[in-house]
Parts: sequence; C-alpha cells; structure tokens
Amino acid sequence: MSAAIRIQQVSKCFGNVQALDGIDLEVQRGEFFGLLGPNGAGKTTLISALAGLVRADAGSLSVMGHDVQSDYRAARRHLGVVPQELVFDPFFTVRESLRIQSGYFDMGDNDAWIDEILENLGLASKANANMRMLSGGMKRRVLVAQALVHRPPVIVLDEPTAGVDVELRQTLWHFIRRLNEAGHTIVLTTHYLEEAENLCTRIAMLQAGRVVALDTTANLLRRFSVHSLRLRTNGVMPVELTREGTKNGGWWSLPFDGFDEVEPLLARIRAAGCRIDDLEIGKPDLEEVFVRVMQGQPRGQLN
Amino acid sequence: MRYGGFSTLLYKEVLRFWKVGSQTVGAPVLTALLYLLIFSHVMEGHVKVHGVIYTAFLIPGLVMMSVLQNAFANSSSSLIQSKVTGNIVFVLLPPISYLEFFAAYVLASVVRGLVVGAGVLFATFWFAPLTFAEPGWILVFALMGGAILGSLGVIAGIWADKFDQLAAFQNFLIMPLTFLSGVFYSINSLPPFWQQVSHWNPVFYMIDGFRHGFFGVSDASPWLSLAVVGTCLAVLTVLTLNLLKSGYKLRA
Repeated sequence: MSAAIRIQQVSKCFGNVQALDGIDLEVQRGEFFGLLGPNGAGKTTLISALAGLVRADAGSLSVMGHDVQSDYRAARRHLGVVPQELVFDPFFTVRESLRIQSGYFDMGDNDAWIDEILENLGLASKANANMRMLSGGMKRRVLVAQALVHRPPVIVLDEPTAGVDVELRQTLWHFIRRLNEAGHTIVLTTHYLEEAENLCTRIAMLQAGRVVALDTTANLLRRFSVHSLRLRTNGVMPVELTREGTKNGGWWSLPFDGFDEVEPLLARIRAAGCRIDDLEIGKPDLEEVFVRVMQGQPRGQLN
Repeated sequence: MRYGGFSTLLYKEVLRFWKVGSQTVGAPVLTALLYLLIFSHVMEGHVKVHGVIYTAFLIPGLVMMSVLQNAFANSSSSLIQSKVTGNIVFVLLPPISYLEFFAAYVLASVVRGLVVGAGVLFATFWFAPLTFAEPGWILVFALMGGAILGSLGVIAGIWADKFDQLAAFQNFLIMPLTFLSGVFYSINSLPPFWQQVSHWNPVFYMIDGFRHGFFGVSDASPWLSLAVVGTCLAVLTVLTLNLLKSGYKLRA
C-alpha cells in the first residue's frame, strides 16, 4: 500500500534562496503528522509543492501514490489543503463557496456533507452569510470547510490556528481528531508546539529547507528533552549541582532521567544546608526539543 | 449543482459578474447609451456612412465595442482580484486542467460581453432604424471578438501583479485599439495613412465584420475580416494556453 504522502529528494530555489534542499519524507496513511520549523524553514513551500502550487526543481512528490505533476488530478482529489493566508471570495456566501468548491472536485449533490461540515465547524448559522460579513475566526472555519468538501483522505493544515480564539481551536481539533480517527491522514504545521505535542504522533522538523529531525513525538521528547527538578532554595546550591543545572529568575533547574534520581538529588541539596522553599517537576516538552534541534544542541545543554 | 471543474468555474465566473450586475452590465450599457446620445446629436443629419444614417451606423459599433471591452474586463479583473486577494488558490488546488481553466475564463468573458452587447443593443435600437441583413456574421464576430478579448484578459490578469498594471494594459492597449477601430466612423473617411494604420488593427476587422451583419456592407470584405479575426483568435489561444501550461505567475 502506498504511503499517504511520499516526498523524495525535493529541492526548490527561489532566486538565490534555497527554500527546499533535498527533502525526503514519508507520511503513512492514518498518521497525525506534524511539520514544524521556524518561519522561512520551507514548511509552506513544501505544502505548496505537494498541492501543485509550486513546482519542485528536483525530486518527486506523491499523494496516495499519485504523482503531483504527472497524475495531478488524482493527487489533488486525494488532498485537502487549508492555506495559511486568510483568503476568501467576497462575491459568495459560505454555502455558495462550498458548493462551488465541491463542483471543482466533481462532487455532484454534496449538500448533505456540506451541512455536516458546517455543523461540525460551528458554521451552520452562517451558511447563507456573505464571506465579507464573517469575522476572521469564521473565515478560518470556512477555509477548513473548503478543504474538506471533497472528503480528501489526506488533509494538510498550514498553521490553521494562527491568531484564532480558544473556542475555534477546540472545535477545530475536536473535528480534525475525529477525521483522523475515521482514517484520514492529517499533516499539521503550527507554531503552537503544545498543540503539535498533544496531537501529532510523528513530527518532522525543518530548518533552512532540510529535515533536521524526524521521529515519533515520544522519541523526540525522550531524545531531546528531560525531566527536571525545578526548585528555589534559601541557601547556596552545592557546587557540583550548579554545574549540572541552570538558574533562571531565582529558580534552579536540575535535569534527571529517572524518578529514582529525585530523592538522592534532594538529599544532596539538604546535606549542603539548603532549605527548599518551592519545588516542582518539569516535564519534557516539545518546545525544549524544538529549541535544541534548531540550535543543534544535544539534550541537557539548553541555555 | 454543476459538475466538473470547467462547468463549475464557468458558473462561478458568470455568477461573479452577475452578482454585481449594476456595475458589470448596467454601467457599460449606460456608457454606450451616452455615447450614442452625444455623437448622434452632433453628427446626425451631417453624415451618412455606406448609405446608412449615422446613428444606425454607430449602434453596431457601440454594441461590438461594449462586447469587446467587457469581455476583456471580465477575465482580467477576476484574475487580478483573485491573485491580489489570494483566493486564486481555490481554483489552483482542485484538479482543473489548464485547458478547462482557459475555456471557463474565456467563455465567461464571452457571456459577459454578449450580455452587455445585448443590453446596449436593446437600449439603443429604438433610436434608429436597424436592419439585420446577415445575422450569422453578427453572431460569429461577437463570439470570436469576445473570445479574443477574453483571452487577452486572461493574459493581462495573469501578467499584472497590481491593479495599476492592469489599468495600464487596459488604457494603453485595449482602449486605443477599440476606439481607433471604426466604432465611430468608417475608416474610408480617414486620410490614406490612417486608413493603412487602421488595417493593422485587428479590432477594426471585428467591428467591421460585426457591422456587416447588420447592413450587408462594410469597409472590408467579411471573409477577410473572418480570416484576420480567426487568425488572431488562434494565435492568442495558443499563446494563452502555453502561458497557463507553463504556470507563469500562477504556479511558482
């Protein structure tokens, strides 16, 4: 069975800027995949190449086994893209926009599915409103709806929650999770790393057009992030611990691998005559992983 | 609901101009009517062209000029708006071929041109006795002229990055070509030099052939006009299709 998305040795230059530099990536069917990276890393260019909006200089891309250039009709039928920019057609109502988008994909009488999408995205009451009259959040919902009208098995969301309120985020993720559970492959780019950590089972990190990390979310957290003991004391920290840890705003952060290391750490602090005023356990998080990967640091050296 | 990329895109493009009909149909009809009132007031009684009173001669010219200008306006303004606002992605993401893209935009332009042309004809034909001597030519030149300008509109809409670039295309190319094409006069009344220049203007043949359909007489043979207009349409079709196939300014 072909992968949901296969990207092989894809490169793209815009003038002197190497936007994509030999990207190799495979997303399996049914995955919830995260594509992370700083601005300008090449995430949107890669998505655009997948969607046929950008033509790669070298390499090949396919969606559900269909090459995006030579078999573009099948590839595009299998792909739904939520663009990053908040774009809309001011001439039409929400329902008209969705019907037109359905027509582009040869979907005949699609009203039942359109109604279901509208309901699930909290748009039912806006179905007959002109696009111009909608708030930014509502327009964002319509963009998601437009990407889903043709029931694509692969859905790519390019920063769908940028600048949207909590309610929309929750509605959106609830719906997208359901689609993923129903078998749809989801690819997500976001700058909200907590979202990616909670949703994505596997993550690729891009930097300057290259994949610099690719693993399951759990493995990335294990490889690049650690638990840490965060504490405030009223005394001087033992010298050997100050070498292992970092201090920030009166809080010491001491990394540890297993919970059985916690008690000996505390014992050493107490033995040095320090009184612990405040204490918490810091869990590994994707933000730390992201910063380490982007800075090319191994774990435990974050400054 | 419509099925398929081509028919849906055509439907969307027609619906787009129809929704703002007062601006896209009403306004050009009014403009043409004003031209007729002013020019016929000044010229009527002074001039006869091909044995036809001036107002009657003017009406087909105004109708065809409206067809051409509005066909151009439809595809060009739709594309530049979609590009500037970014909603062009809604057309680029679906499985629509460049042939379907071309056919839908050009055909919608022809529809807009014909609707406006019919409007102008309806608003003006009360003012002078009009004949429909050879109606086949009327239809052929209206369709081909609309398609040529619709195709030019696709090229201009894709080429222009900003509204002012499109306005330059319209003001410095389309307007002079249509105004200096014999809409308001017979080119036989021009000095020999300008007659020669006019014969290099393809819009002259569109207007002249179209007018032939009404009166059965024209400056040039309708068959010559058909050959020139047909060649222009073929060349522009090939050019536009190649532009779309290359992804120029649409697919980076």
